[in-house]
Amino acid sequence: MWTIYKKEIRSFLGSFIAYVVIAVFLVLTGLFLWFVEGNNVFELGVASLQVMFDISPYILIFLVSAITMRSISEEKRLGTLEIITTKPITDVSIIMAKFLASLTLIAFTLIPTLFYFYAIYQLAQPVGNVDVGSTLGSYFGLLLLAGCYASMGLFSSAISDNQIVALIVSMVLSFFFYSVLGMIGDIKLLDVIGKSLAWFGLEFHYDSISRGVIDTRDVVYFGGFMAVFLGFTKMVFESRKW
Amino acid sequence: MSIQVNQLTKIYGKQVAVNEISFNIPTGQIVGFLGPNGAGKSTTMKMITGYIPPSSGTGTVCGIDMVEDSLNVRRIVGYLPENNPLYLDMYVTEYLDFMAGLSGVTAINSAVKNVISLTRLTAERHKKIGQLSKGFRQRVGLAQSLIHEPKVLILDEPTSGLDPIQVMEMRNVIKELGSEKTVMLSTHIMQEVEAMCHRVIIINQGKIVGDDTLDNLKNAKNQSMEEIFRNLTGHVDHI
Repeated sequence: MWTIYKKEIRSFLGSFIAYVVIAVFLVLTGLFLWFVEGNNVFELGVASLQVMFDISPYILIFLVSAITMRSISEEKRLGTLEIITTKPITDVSIIMAKFLASLTLIAFTLIPTLFYFYAIYQLAQPVGNVDVGSTLGSYFGLLLLAGCYASMGLFSSAISDNQIVALIVSMVLSFFFYSVLGMIGDIKLLDVIGKSLAWFGLEFHYDSISRGVIDTRDVVYFGGFMAVFLGFTKMVFESRKW
Repeated sequence: MSIQVNQLTKIYGKQVAVNEISFNIPTGQIVGFLGPNGAGKSTTMKMITGYIPPSSGTGTVCGIDMVEDSLNVRRIVGYLPENNPLYLDMYVTEYLDFMAGLSGVTAINSAVKNVISLTRLTAERHKKIGQLSKGFRQRVGLAQSLIHEPKVLILDEPTSGLDPIQVMEMRNVIKELGSEKTVMLSTHIMQEVEAMCHRVIIINQGKIVGDDTLDNLKNAKNQSMEEIFRNLTGHVDHI
């Protein structure tokens, strides 16, 4: 499994996807945090990264889909899938290696934003008057959320040998599970049904973790969500055997 | 017996790709798997290498069940798929390192060095696969299949798309390998079989229509391989 993991990481670095993703994420979150008029840190006057954590899920929908779109579809298109699946390695290991490699890249995308945290920390009055717990919770939540996006991205990548199709399917799925379910919950007419649908949405649990309280129910939800989509990925992956 | 299949069948939807074929290949034989395009050669090879499971029937490689214990079969089988898929953006040694790791080789460096000299890739080893000519790419594909010193080699159309000189070289490499390994190769070109194989299995429309040693086939009918092939496969067409 680690052989494929290492190869995936190397191909991220070699194809410049990694650098583009890291740079785009840093620049976009930076813009929203410090410069975009309306609710940047200076206008709000609150020493918190909340603005970044509000906007990141939407940026990540795009970036994570871009990371995962080629991971399986490219192997299908080239035919190399036949080579790696006839090596002594299980399909599950192949999928997990690709998933963990994507997750690693996402973690490295989040790390540079710690610089923003440092800036906020220094800007606070008095220095250091920042809600560290909530920030850590938000980072953790963001990583879990990105993991869910990655699982949907891998699934999308498995269903098509076309990267663009994989990208679009992955973005639509991610947007649906993050945002649309939450929006349905806001429809007053649906009342309880809407609220329970919202509970299935990623946003509900992301918001919950972002408050700084890491509730096991939320963690279990995220874990289950990833497991379900990785399971779907495995099913598609093995459809050649039907 | 190196490869043993019994009543192997593969059905895609309603189409029967491989229809109850059975054969035994003893250790150290080079067997040509001959048939027109779409006869079921690739499908049979995909089943032996564990890429797809058979619809029914059984098979073993060196006594290991190819469905129940597919992972262990893959450890002793080297496989070159049709069209030789490769990662074009990888370097030759990088790719072979990767393949060695995947195949569970522990002494990766020496294994890679071995196959590079065996397939005569030494001069090209620092190039990107995408920059190589078709003949060299084919050698990289072959090197990949040999990396874990498999007992059984399965080569799906190893010489397709090569120029005559590259074909000659590839045949020589395969013949050399055949002295210590069991080799099963598919082709739809009869000269190929005559040049390399001890034995030929002729398959048409998913069924075996001929299975004999090269000498026997030629002596019995006193015909060229081409005529035998045409008769055996054409015969089925008329039914």
